[in-house]
Amino acid sequence: MREITYLEAVREAMSIEMRKNNDVFLMGEDIGVYGGAFGVSRGMIEEFGPERIRNTPISEAGIAGAAVGSALTGMRPIMELQFSDFITIALDQIVNQAAKLRYMYGGKGKVPMVVRTPSGSGTGAAAQHSQSLEAWVTHIPGLKVVQPSTAYDAKGLLKAAMDDDNPVIFYEHKLLYKTSSEVPEEEYSIPLGKADVKREGTDITIVATAIMVHKALEAAAELEKEGISVEVVDPRTLVPLDTETIIESVAKTGHLVVVHEAVKRGGFGGEIASMIAESEAFDYLDAPIKRLGGVETPIPYNPELEKAAIPQVPDIVNAVKETLTKKAVAK
Amino acid sequence: MEQTKTLKLVPELSDEKLKGLYQQMWLIRYFDEQVDQFFAKGLIHGTTHLAVGQEATAAGACALLSDEDKITSTHRGHGHSIAKGGRVDKMMAELFGRTTGYCKGKGGSMHIADLDKGNLGAMGIVGGGIPLAVGSALTAHMKKLDYVTVCFFGDGASNEGSFHEAVNMASIWDLPVVFFCENNQYGMSGNVSEMTNVEHIADRSAAYGIPGVVVDGNDIIEVINATYEATERARRGEGPTLIEAKTYRWKGHSKSDAKKYRTREEEKDWRDNRDPIKRFKEDLLEAGIATEDELETIKQAAKQEMDEAVEFAQNSPMPSLDELLTDVYA
Repeated sequence: MREITYLEAVREAMSIEMRKNNDVFLMGEDIGVYGGAFGVSRGMIEEFGPERIRNTPISEAGIAGAAVGSALTGMRPIMELQFSDFITIALDQIVNQAAKLRYMYGGKGKVPMVVRTPSGSGTGAAAQHSQSLEAWVTHIPGLKVVQPSTAYDAKGLLKAAMDDDNPVIFYEHKLLYKTSSEVPEEEYSIPLGKADVKREGTDITIVATAIMVHKALEAAAELEKEGISVEVVDPRTLVPLDTETIIESVAKTGHLVVVHEAVKRGGFGGEIASMIAESEAFDYLDAPIKRLGGVETPIPYNPELEKAAIPQVPDIVNAVKETLTKKAVAK
Repeated sequence: MEQTKTLKLVPELSDEKLKGLYQQMWLIRYFDEQVDQFFAKGLIHGTTHLAVGQEATAAGACALLSDEDKITSTHRGHGHSIAKGGRVDKMMAELFGRTTGYCKGKGGSMHIADLDKGNLGAMGIVGGGIPLAVGSALTAHMKKLDYVTVCFFGDGASNEGSFHEAVNMASIWDLPVVFFCENNQYGMSGNVSEMTNVEHIADRSAAYGIPGVVVDGNDIIEVINATYEATERARRGEGPTLIEAKTYRWKGHSKSDAKKYRTREEEKDWRDNRDPIKRFKEDLLEAGIATEDELETIKQAAKQEMDEAVEFAQNSPMPSLDELLTDVYA
């Protein structure tokens, strides 16, 4: 099968949908001839024209609100939020309007919109262009939250997000844009709320999101050399969360490490750990759950400091060993 | 024989339509006065924002809209809902938290919506509905539909960033939306003169390259004329207009407001000398459109509709607890 990049997969999913459905359009800053800050929409204005590849002023609240209003009246907008950090400016429209209209109107109306947004550090863009703020939106009933880690997942999950009748926040990791994987040319959908076991194993479960999936897989390959069998579970969507797959895996391995790039304090890892603690899988745990996340600082500019701010492969390797050692001590 | 004055109406409206608007203004007033009383008696909980004294802005701005046309409304939105064709029985039931309410008792006073009638809903976030109205207008533009969206907001909301972003976007894209500012002189407590240094909110239209119009918001004829011109312009694809209607809320901001920020004399002046219903009544009488008796009958009809609405609301069932978890996702 052909390989394409994550970035191309996102663009392809949008383009296929836009060819079929005139209600779908893309709106955002510098998405026209510029092609978007990361080049995701490059070439799309040539195919679809400026009405449907709608270049906007720098007005995140305005764009988000226009997306909500157009979705409520029959369109299916995709909003490109140039950097996920800028969600702070759009958040009123997303949290107070998009997420709540249907409920507060007693089940009338729907808001089928997708907010696509690049997140994460690793580009040297420092504190205001590098955050991972996905936990904020997972807290809001009415929103769905997606974090694809591969090109294949990005295409299928974006299709599902565009088909969904609810507001979906779709986090694209900047460092994954150039990664490639096998992606079918035809359209396909990956249901929201279906985790993917990216690697099977028997000794320990790592639940990892976005770019941490790749770091966890690297760690697993290293640990295999030492005879440790790691299972890597990628939830792919945080809301809805596939608790069943995670519980099954933990029940099998008896050990859990959760790893994400977002700051550990208040991060979604706490939710996954609590969910396991409250589930039947708790009885299978042979050691305390270990969480890895970003340190409690803004993302710094210096490349070495930047790397140190988020979990790296050796941190995951150590966390796995530590968790397995605790088991030995406990016994 | 004394010559009757004619109404200075730009669009043609039948006498029946004008009398209907008079009835609607009374319905808006009775609704909010009734809500005020129910709050005082503890029969309705939560909070509410009354538009007594502002009847001409809602009724006038919606006078010529069809069910296809849209509005976005605000926390002070009961009048908008009624003017856009909302039923007072379902509205009152909503305030009572009953299943027969517009939102099945889940939205309350601040979130009444009636999508079938083009009311995209009341937003409790000040300025929150302005970008949403632009989105609604964007749909009309992209789908080549000829509806217009009238976006209600207050003087306070015009100081929100969402106002600036939304009006600018509507302007550059020539969207069919009318930004209708009900300047009732106060935010919660802040007088408009303390909160902006421009004389008129409509002056801000210059910053977006769109027309700005100031009208007496307590003169329904002026409101109808200005909205008519703005909606016609929007339908021709010439873009948005900012209308500022100067008006006054007779009641406090919400249910608990000692109104320390203004004088009783000021309130009395607006009530006695600038009552929008009284003014329209005089217009109708002077133009020979209706007699005193007819107008009294119309007023009583509004009162009766309100009484029936209250009865409907009070006799409606409460939602079951199962309702808590429904409608979160489509």
